[in-house]
Amino acid sequence: MTRLVLENVTKRFGGLVAVDNVSFTVPEAGVTAVIGPNGAGKTTLFSLVSGFLTPTDGRVLFDGQDITGLAPEKISARGLVRTFQLVKLFEDLSTLENVKVGRHLHTKAGLFSAFLHTPAARREEREVEARARDLLSFVGLQHKADADASGLSYGQQRLLEMARALAADPRLVLLDEPAAGLNGEESEALSRIIRRIADNGTTVLLIEHDMTLVMNTADRVVVVDFGRKIAEGTPAEVRVNPAVIAAYLGSAATAKAAEQEKLNG
Amino acid sequence: MTSSLSITSPETAHRPRLSWRTVLPYGFAAAVVGYAIAVGGYPATVVGFALIYAVFVIGLNLFMGFANQVSFGQNAFAAIGGYTSAVLTATYEWTPLPAMGVGMAAALVIAGLIGWPTLRLKGHYLAMGTLAIGLIVQEITVEWTSVTQGYMGLSGIPPMGAFGFEITSDRGQLIMLASVVAAATFLSARLKRSRMGRALSAVAGSEEAARALGIAVARYKLLAFLLSAALASLAGSLFVHVVGFVSPEVFGLHMVILTFTMLYVGGIGTIAGPVVGALIISLLPETFRGFKEYQDLAYGAALILMLIYAPKGLSALFSHRRRP
Repeated sequence: MTRLVLENVTKRFGGLVAVDNVSFTVPEAGVTAVIGPNGAGKTTLFSLVSGFLTPTDGRVLFDGQDITGLAPEKISARGLVRTFQLVKLFEDLSTLENVKVGRHLHTKAGLFSAFLHTPAARREEREVEARARDLLSFVGLQHKADADASGLSYGQQRLLEMARALAADPRLVLLDEPAAGLNGEESEALSRIIRRIADNGTTVLLIEHDMTLVMNTADRVVVVDFGRKIAEGTPAEVRVNPAVIAAYLGSAATAKAAEQEKLNG
Repeated sequence: MTSSLSITSPETAHRPRLSWRTVLPYGFAAAVVGYAIAVGGYPATVVGFALIYAVFVIGLNLFMGFANQVSFGQNAFAAIGGYTSAVLTATYEWTPLPAMGVGMAAALVIAGLIGWPTLRLKGHYLAMGTLAIGLIVQEITVEWTSVTQGYMGLSGIPPMGAFGFEITSDRGQLIMLASVVAAATFLSARLKRSRMGRALSAVAGSEEAARALGIAVARYKLLAFLLSAALASLAGSLFVHVVGFVSPEVFGLHMVILTFTMLYVGGIGTIAGPVVGALIISLLPETFRGFKEYQDLAYGAALILMLIYAPKGLSALFSHRRRP
């Protein structure tokens, strides 16, 4: 079964084509990774899927329904939830409360139940609390429940953002560079958590630079460069694909040349 | 404090302990109000005004502290509430409570009309819009002399009361005002710890992340704006019934500056902050009265010291939240 379909998705910013006619599908099961050199258009692609940007052209289908151009909150209400490359935590709130916000879509309590503490509101609040604590345990942050979210280490903040996204019970979760800034050990733990998310039945689509994480975690890989899809397949297939090697080596070579120039200059 | 301590008892760990630190701001407020009730006279007048401002600042805090938005025009809603109460009771001889209700309804309608289009926009559009509404309402209170008497002001406004019973004594008014402030503080605390309050904190923290979790950001901003306007209107009505007189200067730009100071000194985003700030800022000039011509200087110096040593406000010094 197909969870997500991108059909000829294009995004132009004035003359710049950030995403150029990209099509691929994400099956329900497993982990799909989008990789590509810096500036290849990966994050733009995510923003197009999650509603933060509207495609100039093309369609995005989620569970068979057209979600192209819907507002982000409408898309998340349908079960597609994203995280951000630069972690965006709610700093006024504790770690646990951050995860509780993730339950927003599945709870109803309004102003008057907040003021009156009706039995229904209290029951709902107990459920939210229990669920949030479960999710903190799932990502291994249960001992930080009452800590300020802003005081967590970078790796912990990433895990918290993931727990918060999962609290929304998404059918598809988009993870934007979840391993960025993590050390080897943290990245390995993250890889296991991502596998477990997929095994629990949530489709995972992630953007990643960390190739070890992608090779260990992803079932399928889509490679983009200069806004275009240049390859697609299993990690093993992609690794030996000449176009992919050229893109990565190419960009590495360019970077090296630029650095050399700076040294000389 | 090590984080491992909090693992032991998940049942109680999430409840903030009721320690002296969390209770202290309320103890301070209760002591000041208690003192004013006991001695009456001038201290009672000063504390009474402080409590009216507290109602206003609690509202301001919902919008600026909880939802992290900016409004320079909440005084407009105080003016709408205050003048509606004044005109309906003094000119048309209504009783205070229905007049206050109509004032609040009017404030909510106007807040909705301004907030609905502007809160959809990002950035400072709302702040600009609110500044404008503050000035416009001010201008109306000055120019619409057939109703407001302009700078002459409206007098003969009856004291607060209901069912034929009027609160005329200083002490009675203080008790009434303290009850309103206590109720508003209690409700804002309940709001903060609810699903709604968390959604507001999410909007305050990151609008993008909030939307990604399905929170309708514009709707929550509007909710905070309306609640804030309702409390401003309530404060305006309380003022005119306590003083018995109203003129345009009461709800002028001075009120905006004063209440912002109260909010920041007390602690923006905290529960006790508005009350603490309103009391401190109202009492501070009085405590420096002995400095005579240096009174303003001492007041300014005290404000600067507070902003240096308690940049998040006095109430934040007593926050129960721990660092990890």
